[in-house]
Amino acid sequence: MASHYEAPIRKPLVLGDKGYHDVSVDIAAPVERRANKQWWIVFSIALAAFLWGIGCIVYTISTGIGTWGLNKTVGWAWDITNFVWWVGIGHAGTLISAVLLLFRQKWRMAINRSAEAMTIFSVIQAGLFPIIHMGRPWLGYWVLPIPNQFGSLWVNFNSPLLWDVFAISTYLSVSLVFWWTGLLPDFAMIRDRAVKPFQKKIYSLVSFGWTGRAKDWQRFEEVSLVLAGLATPLVLSVHTIVSFDFATSVIPGWHTTIFPPYFVAGAIFSGFAMVQTLLIIMRKVCRLEAYITVQHIELMNIVIMITGSIVGCAYITELFIAWYSGVEYEQYAFLNRATGPYWWSYLLMMSCNVLSPQIMWFKKIRTSIVVSFIISIVVNIGMWFERFVIIVTSLHRDYLPSSWTMFSPTFVDIGIFIGTIGFFFTLFLLYARTFPVIAQAEVKSILKSSGERYKKLRDAGQPLYQINKGANVTSSVTEAESTTDDDTGTEKVSSLLDTLGSFDATKETADDLKKVKGIGPQMEQTLNQIGIFTFAQVSRMTEKEYNLLDEITGSFPGRAQRDDWAGQANRLNNKD
Amino acid sequence: MASKVIHAYYDDDDVLMHAVKKVKAANHHIEEVYCPFPVHGLDKAMGLAPTRIAITSFMYGCLGLIVAIVMMNYIMITDWPQDIGGKPSFSYMENMPAFVPIMFEMTVFFAAHLMVITFYLRSRLWPFKKAENPDVRTTDDHFVMEIGIHDNEAALKELLSDTGAVEINSLEK
Repeated sequence: MASHYEAPIRKPLVLGDKGYHDVSVDIAAPVERRANKQWWIVFSIALAAFLWGIGCIVYTISTGIGTWGLNKTVGWAWDITNFVWWVGIGHAGTLISAVLLLFRQKWRMAINRSAEAMTIFSVIQAGLFPIIHMGRPWLGYWVLPIPNQFGSLWVNFNSPLLWDVFAISTYLSVSLVFWWTGLLPDFAMIRDRAVKPFQKKIYSLVSFGWTGRAKDWQRFEEVSLVLAGLATPLVLSVHTIVSFDFATSVIPGWHTTIFPPYFVAGAIFSGFAMVQTLLIIMRKVCRLEAYITVQHIELMNIVIMITGSIVGCAYITELFIAWYSGVEYEQYAFLNRATGPYWWSYLLMMSCNVLSPQIMWFKKIRTSIVVSFIISIVVNIGMWFERFVIIVTSLHRDYLPSSWTMFSPTFVDIGIFIGTIGFFFTLFLLYARTFPVIAQAEVKSILKSSGERYKKLRDAGQPLYQINKGANVTSSVTEAESTTDDDTGTEKVSSLLDTLGSFDATKETADDLKKVKGIGPQMEQTLNQIGIFTFAQVSRMTEKEYNLLDEITGSFPGRAQRDDWAGQANRLNNKD
Repeated sequence: MASKVIHAYYDDDDVLMHAVKKVKAANHHIEEVYCPFPVHGLDKAMGLAPTRIAITSFMYGCLGLIVAIVMMNYIMITDWPQDIGGKPSFSYMENMPAFVPIMFEMTVFFAAHLMVITFYLRSRLWPFKKAENPDVRTTDDHFVMEIGIHDNEAALKELLSDTGAVEINSLEK
C-alpha cells in the first residue's frame, strides 16, 4: 500500500526477519518466562533500599524534620532537590509518547511504553517528597480546597506550592490513563496467549475486555492523539510550575524568568538520560535488541545532546544577566556558586551537563552503547547537582550576611533518597516482568514501513504481500474435522523427521522437552512417539513443520507456533 | 443482525484492506472487523463514521476551565478577600495571573479524564468486561472480517476466498 512507503534513506527500526507473529512472541516472552536468578538478586537489592528508605521516612515523621541536615537558613535542600530531580526524570516519558507522537516519529514505538512506565514510577517518587518534607504531614490534606467546619477555611491559590499539588496530581493521573489506555491491546495480546488460568484471569481483568474492533481502533487512535496533544502542554506546564517554586521567589539566584523553559529543557535532558540507562539494560536482559536498536540509542543521544546544549545556553544566559543586571546580590550569588564553599558541586554540574553531552557530536561516540550508558549516568548525576546548586547555594548566602550558613545532609536525608531509588527500581523491575515492555500493537503498525524484512522486500522490488486466492481455505467449524488415516499419518511423520533429523538413541541423549513452555508431559510423550527427543530437533521447526505436527497430533492447533517452540528450544540447546 | 455470520480470516493488513474494499464494492454489509493493531484507513474503507471523541474532549476542557474560575473566584475574591502578601484581591482580573496555572491544569485534567472515561464507556471497556474477539489470533497476527449471511453463503464464501482469506468459517450467532 502506498501508506507503507518510506524513503530508502531511513534505516529499519525493527531488525531481523520479523513478521507480526514474531513481534508478539518476542514481546510476550519476558512476561511468560520465569524470572531468573539475576532478576531476583537485583530485585532484592532494590527492595532492601526501599525498605531502608521507609525506615528513614518513618523516623523523620515520628521524630521530626530536625533529623535532617536542614537549618534556619537552608530550609530546602535534599528534599526538594530530589523532588525536582524525580519530576524531571519523569518528563521524558511523556515527551517520548506525546511529543514524538505529534511529530509522527516512528522510533518512539519501541521505547514509549518503558518511558511512560518510567514517568509514572518517578512521579510517584517525586510525589513522596512534598508530603514527607512537611512538618505535619498528617495535615497534608489541608492543601485541598475541601469545604470544612472552620467556617469553610480555604487554601490560598497564590502559592506555587499549591500549584504544584494541582500540577503533579494532574500529571500523574493523566500519564497513568494515557499509559493504561495504550496498554489495553497489549494486555489483550498476552491474555489471548496465556495458558495458565490465573494469568488468563489477571490479563483479562487488566485488558478491560479489549476486543480490537475497527471502531475501537478508530476511537483509540483519536484518544491517543488528543491525549498526546493535552500531555505536551501538560509536561511543559508541570515543570514550569515546579520551577515557579523558585522563580517567583525574591531570592537572588532564584528570581529569574529563564527558569520555566530552562527547567523544562533540563527535565528532558535528564529524563532521556534515564530512559537511556534503563533501555540499554532492558534490551539486553529482555532480548529486545531487534526492537531497541542502536539507531534508537543514537536518536536518544541526539536529543540528550540538543537539550544539553539548551541547558548550557541557559547557564551562560544566567551568568550574563547576572553581570548585566548590575545587582550586587545577583552578581554575588553567581560568584558564590563558582568560587564559594560549594564550588565543587557547581563544577560538577557544569562538567556533567555542559561538557559531557557535547561528545555526542561524534558519530562513533553516540552510536557506542557503552559510552551512551556511561554518559546517561553522568548526566543524571549532573542534573541532580544542578538542582542542588540552584537550591542550596542560593539559600545559604543571600541578603543578610549574618544569616549565612552551610548545609550538610544527614544519613536520613541520604537514606530517603536511596529509598526512593530503591522504590523506583522495585516498581520498574516488577513492571519489566509483568507488562509488555514494548507497545506491540504500535510496533506492528510500523512493521511494514520500517521493518527490515519488508524494507528488503521493497528494495528487491518484490511485493510486500500476496493475495492467495482460495488457498488454504479450511472448512467451517460446524463441519466435522476429518480424521487423518494411518497411511498419510506415517507419511507425514517421515517427512517431518526428514527436516528435523532423526534421533539416534545410541549416540545422543534425550532432552527434557518439558522445559519448553507449552510442552507438557502428554505432549512430550506424543513427540517421543513421533521420534522427536532433542531440543536440536525442535529448534529446526518452522511454520511448515508446525503445521505438519498439528496435523499429526490433532491437538492444540497453532499452539507450537504461538509459543515459539523452535526459538525456545534453540535457547535451551545453546545453554547446554 | 443476521443470525448466521461468516468469519473470514486474513493474515495481512494489506490483503484485508483489499478484501474490505472488494466486499464493500459487492454491496455486502461488513458487520465487524477485528484487528490486532490499528490498520490505517480501515475505518474509511469500511465506511465508519468519524469519531466525535475529540469534540467531547474540547467541551470537557471548557467545563474544567469554568470550574477553575468559579472555584477560585469564590474562594479568593468572594468568600475571604484577604490580603496575602499584598496581592490585590479586589477583583478576579487583578489577581488573575496567579490563577493561570490552576486554570490551565484543571482544563487539561477535565479534558483528558472525562474524554478517557467517555471512550471507555462508548467502547464498552471496563475491568471485568469479557473480551468478545472471535478468535485469540485476532490480537496476535490475524484479522477477522465478520459478515452476516442472508441466504447467500456459497456466493459469499466464493467472494471471500477470492480475496485471499486464509480461513473461512460460518457460524450461528
